Order: sequence, then structure tokens, then C-alpha cells
Amino acid sequence: MTFARILQVFKKEMIELRRDKWARFRLVIPPIIQILVFGYAATFEVFGVSTAVLDLDHTQESRDLVSRFVYSDRFQIVKIARNQQEIVDGIDDSDAAIAIVIHPGFAQLLRKGQTAPVQVIVDGTNSNTALIALGYMNEIAATFSRDYMTDHLQRTRDGPPLRGALVTLEQRPWYNSGLNSRWFFVPGVIGTLVLTMIVNLTSFAIVREREVGTLEQIMVTPIQPVEFILGKTFPFFLIGLGEVVLIAGVGTLWFGIPFVGNPLVLLLGTSLFLLSTLAIGLLISTLCMTQQQAFATNFFVVNPLFTLSGFSFPITSMPTVLQWLSYLNPLRYYLVIIRATFLKGVGLSVLWPDMLALAAIGSTLLAVSILRFRKSLD
Amino acid sequence: MTVVQGNGQASIVADGLVKRFGPFTAVDHVSFSIGRGEIVGFIGPNGAGKSTTIRILCGLLRPTEGRAVVAGIDVARNPEGVRQHIGYMSQKFSLYGDLTVMENLRFFGGIYRVEGALLDERMRFAIDMAGLSGREDALVSTLAGGWKQRLALGCAILHRPPILFLDEPTSGVDPESRRRFWELIHSLAADGVSVLVSTHYMDEAEYCNRVALINQGRLVAMGSPSELKQRGLGGDLLLLECDTLGAALAAIEGTSGVRDVAVFGNTLHVLVDNGDIAQRDLPRRLAAKGLADARLSTITPTLEDIFVELVANSTIAGVAS
Repeated sequence: MTFARILQVFKKEMIELRRDKWARFRLVIPPIIQILVFGYAATFEVFGVSTAVLDLDHTQESRDLVSRFVYSDRFQIVKIARNQQEIVDGIDDSDAAIAIVIHPGFAQLLRKGQTAPVQVIVDGTNSNTALIALGYMNEIAATFSRDYMTDHLQRTRDGPPLRGALVTLEQRPWYNSGLNSRWFFVPGVIGTLVLTMIVNLTSFAIVREREVGTLEQIMVTPIQPVEFILGKTFPFFLIGLGEVVLIAGVGTLWFGIPFVGNPLVLLLGTSLFLLSTLAIGLLISTLCMTQQQAFATNFFVVNPLFTLSGFSFPITSMPTVLQWLSYLNPLRYYLVIIRATFLKGVGLSVLWPDMLALAAIGSTLLAVSILRFRKSLD
Repeated sequence: MTVVQGNGQASIVADGLVKRFGPFTAVDHVSFSIGRGEIVGFIGPNGAGKSTTIRILCGLLRPTEGRAVVAGIDVARNPEGVRQHIGYMSQKFSLYGDLTVMENLRFFGGIYRVEGALLDERMRFAIDMAGLSGREDALVSTLAGGWKQRLALGCAILHRPPILFLDEPTSGVDPESRRRFWELIHSLAADGVSVLVSTHYMDEAEYCNRVALINQGRLVAMGSPSELKQRGLGGDLLLLECDTLGAALAAIEGTSGVRDVAVFGNTLHVLVDNGDIAQRDLPRRLAAKGLADARLSTITPTLEDIFVELVANSTIAGVAS
């Protein structure tokens, strides 16, 4: 292996990249659009859930409870119903995703210190929204009962204390105290974007040489496969690092995602991850004769990697077989590293198993792809 | 069939080469050898197996059977050992279009480890040879066919290989550029470079020291152009000009003494056992069919005639066996 040949291939690749005017656009604009789309659109939070209300109690207490929904930006009251049928219609017609029904005697039960049920009807067709909205409702109901009791205690200071245990769940999320899903997503986008871009760039660059015929010309020269591959892929490694800086920059400066960790730890993790992405691209290029084939193959390789990475679906909820499979997925480890360095600020003492896994997967894939890269047309 | 020409050891030896792709036999027991400084032309139609044979000799494909020895090295056993000794121009133009003339030369020079003053000198030579002085910084994709092809040759010989494989180097290039290209090949051969060049232009065969006619993967004949013309036909060739070619063809086909009739443009080439007898008999037969305007004359066969005849024979032989 000689450095001179690697350098020749590297220089050639850099010149070609520099001459490709579209490359500059392709490398910068789509990632920024992606991060903006994810930053703004990809959110698990729910706002303004359309809600119908039927208050059959008509008391101060029931009106107080309803007003808490009115003034919460999580809910938007779209309908004040007069009877049960109007509630049913509202849900059926999808005018309302949620209905709250307060039955007569609600205030009476409260005053006696008994449990006063409130009926909640949820349109379960969008189960995600429904579950999240129910969570918010519980919170509002709990606050209401706490306030009611405090108020009652103050007004009846001399009387007997109200019975009934006052249990409230207090949520205290760490690292992302606002449970801000943007904080969760934006670092993840770095991983998925780098994976897609580098796998595509690498596989297309090599398959294009095969298609054009330059690869055949390279094959009859004394260059070794490893020399060609190192020179050819190193520019994409640099591009990968640049992409991470670009997307992380937009994430922190535009969306205000905190970066509390050590950049060097992220650099190490990114380098190891890029090893895997380059190797995947190379492997695909050894299997495909045309860029069209490479495009289709990339799609089928990259999508499962997303799904099994924990980018959006929790790995712990997957069937055991898929959980095992996800251990082979480099993106899984990189997402852990990237979220940990951004939000938790932990270092190698915690992340070393993930780094080790990435290094193992990356070097194995790279070795396989170099072995598969024959200087032959057979 | 192994014939060693030139002086001393053969530069290229193909010994019973067979290449099968699944059920398809692309190269079928091809044997020949090429000496130092010899130019051998591979002639045959598209899909005859020319490219496949060249790729086997370059070590790009493994032969299914047989042995290829290039520069004394068994190609299948040690393909890497062969690389430094050969130059190769593939059928497709395969320089980097988005690199300049100089950048391409420097790249391939670097890959072959030609460095420093030597590289500068050889790049200069390649540029002069290709006639690209003053256009060193032009993107290769902007060059016309003839320049591209001479530059490709320049890149292929930067490391001064003693053996050169050229796979249809002149396809799609204007006649003047083709002529210049063959001059370059001749000057390289004069310096001792052995050249195996494939083409489907029959007229280019005349530029070669020897010609290998190849059809359906088989080597049909091999020899110098004049040798092939002499022994190829085994009869005399007549040219028949006539307004109604179809009728003339029907009239004389199958006549005793006529071995073959083939359409060549708007004339017929008639292969006969004896030219003198045919010159006497055929006009009478044509006149009897109302084709009095037909004119007959004796011609010297071209390689194309030979090729058509040999291919017809070999195809019949192939069917019979």
C-alpha cells in the first residue's frame, strides 16, 4: 500500500467534487431543509386538540373545570353541547377529537369529599394524539382537584378536614425538562441525514465509475483495491464531518438545542459512525452495476436502519428478534452517542460500549467491502 | 495453431482460451501468440468475442478454460503481476471527463508511480502525440473524438508498457483521426511494443502485420492480410453489376461452378471455381433470364470477402458438427 497512490485518487476525487457545481447545492441545501422540517414538524407534543364539552351539572365547580380546558392551549373548545346526542355527533363527524361530559351531581359529590367522575370520550383513530391528550387531561383534572381542596380547606378552616387522599403525580424529566420533542429529534436528524447522504454519495460515486468505464481502466493499473477505496472514500468522510457540523450548527443556533457535551467525544463517535456508512455505501457499490440499482438498494438498506435505530420508535417496544437485529445497526449506537453528548454531556466513561460497537461494526463492514472489491469484471 | 512470430519469446500467448457466461460461450478455444513489436488485428463482428478475449488477456476476466500468458506471466494466476507490463484502452472512452488533459495524465501517471521529471517528460510526449499542445487545461469532456482517443492512448502508455491492448480504439472517430491513430500504433510497434488491436473496420486490417478473424467466439483464420487473401478463397472472385440484383442473384445461385454469391452494396460478389469459364458461361445464363444488362469483371478479393467466405464455411462446419 503506498500513500502516493491513495493521494492521487483522493486529489482526483476532490477535483471532481469541486467541479460538480450541483454537488455544493446537494450537500448543503437538502440537509438544511431536512433539519428545518424536522425541527418544526416532527413533534410528539399536541396543541389545540378539538374538544366538545357537555356540562349537565351547571354549577360553579363544573364551570371552573371547563374553563381550565378553555384556557389551556392544549385544547380548543369547538363545541358546547346541549345533550348527549350532540356529543356523539361531534365525535362521529370528526369535529371534535375529545369530548368531556360532566354529569349532574358533580359538584355535590365534590362537596361531600367524594370522587367525582368526569366522562371523557376520545376519538381513538389517532391513538397517538388521543393518548397524549389524555395525559394532559389527567394533569388538568389533578390540578383542579388540588386547587379545590386547598380552597375548601381555607374556607372551612374551623371545620373538619376533608377526607380523601391527595395524591398528585409529579413528573420531573431529566435532561430535557420540558420534554421538548425537538430536543429529541434534531440530534437524531444528524444521524439519519449523515447515514443517507454518505451511503448515497459513496455508492453512487463508485457505481458511476463502473458505469462510465473509468473503473475498468483503473482495474488494469497496478493500484491495490485498498488504495483505491481509501483515496476514493476519504473525501466523503470529510463531507460527513462537514454535514455534522452544518446540521449541529443549525440545531444549536437556530433551534437552540443545547450542546452540553464534549465536541471531541462527538467527533470520535462521528468518525466511527462514518466508517460504517462508507462501508455500507461501498458494499452496495460492489453489488450494483448501475446507479439506478444503487438507488433502489440504498432505499431498501437505509429505511430499515432508520426504523430499527430508535430514531422515532422505541427499541424496547419492538419484538425481541428486532431488538437483537438492532444491535447490528450502527445508527442505533450513533444516536445514543449523539443524544448523550448533546443533552446529557456524558463522556467516554459512559459511551465506550457504544463507541466499541461502532468501531467493530465499521471495521468489519469495511473489511468485507474491501475483500469484495475485486479488480475483475467477473 | 500456435505460431510464434517476431524475434524471440512471444509477448502474448493465448492457449485454448474458453470463456462461458452461463450457457453462452463467448470465447471458444482460441489460441494464438503474438511476438515482440508485432501488430495483430482482431477482426470480427460485434459480439464475436473480441472484447472478452482482450479482457481475459488483461486479467479482467478469468478464463473458464485454457491459459493466457502475457509478458511471461500466467494472467489467471497472477493478474496483478501483469498490470505493470500492459497498457489497455477499453471499448468505452474511459478517461475522466471532468478532469483536464493534464489532470488525467497526472492521475494515471501517479497510479503507475511514474514521478518527477520522468512524468513531466512523458506527459509532454503524450500531449504532443495527441496534438493537444495549448489545450492542456481543457476539460477532457470538451475534446472531440480523435483527441480523446489519442489522449487515452497517451494515458495508457505513460508507464511505457511493452504490450498494448486496444479494444476498438477507433470506433466513432473520423477517418483522418483513424489514420493518425494507426501511425501512432506503428511508431510504437517500431519501438518493440506488441499490439493487439480489435476493430470492426475491415480496411484497418490492412494496417496490421497479422489479422485474426474471429466469429462466434472462434478463431476462424489468422495470418498476414496478403496470406489470408491468397489462401482464403480457393477460387476466383467476380464482380457483377446489374440493375435488378435480386433477379441476377436468383439466376446464378446454384449454377455449377458458382460457389457463393453475396450482396456487396449495389453489386454482387460471385465466387467461382474458375474465373475464365464463368466469364464465358454466366453472361449467357443471365441473358437467358432477360438480364442482358449484367456486367461481369474479375476483382481482387478484399479481406471482407475472405471474412464472409470463411465465416460462412465455419458456420456450416459448426452446424454440421
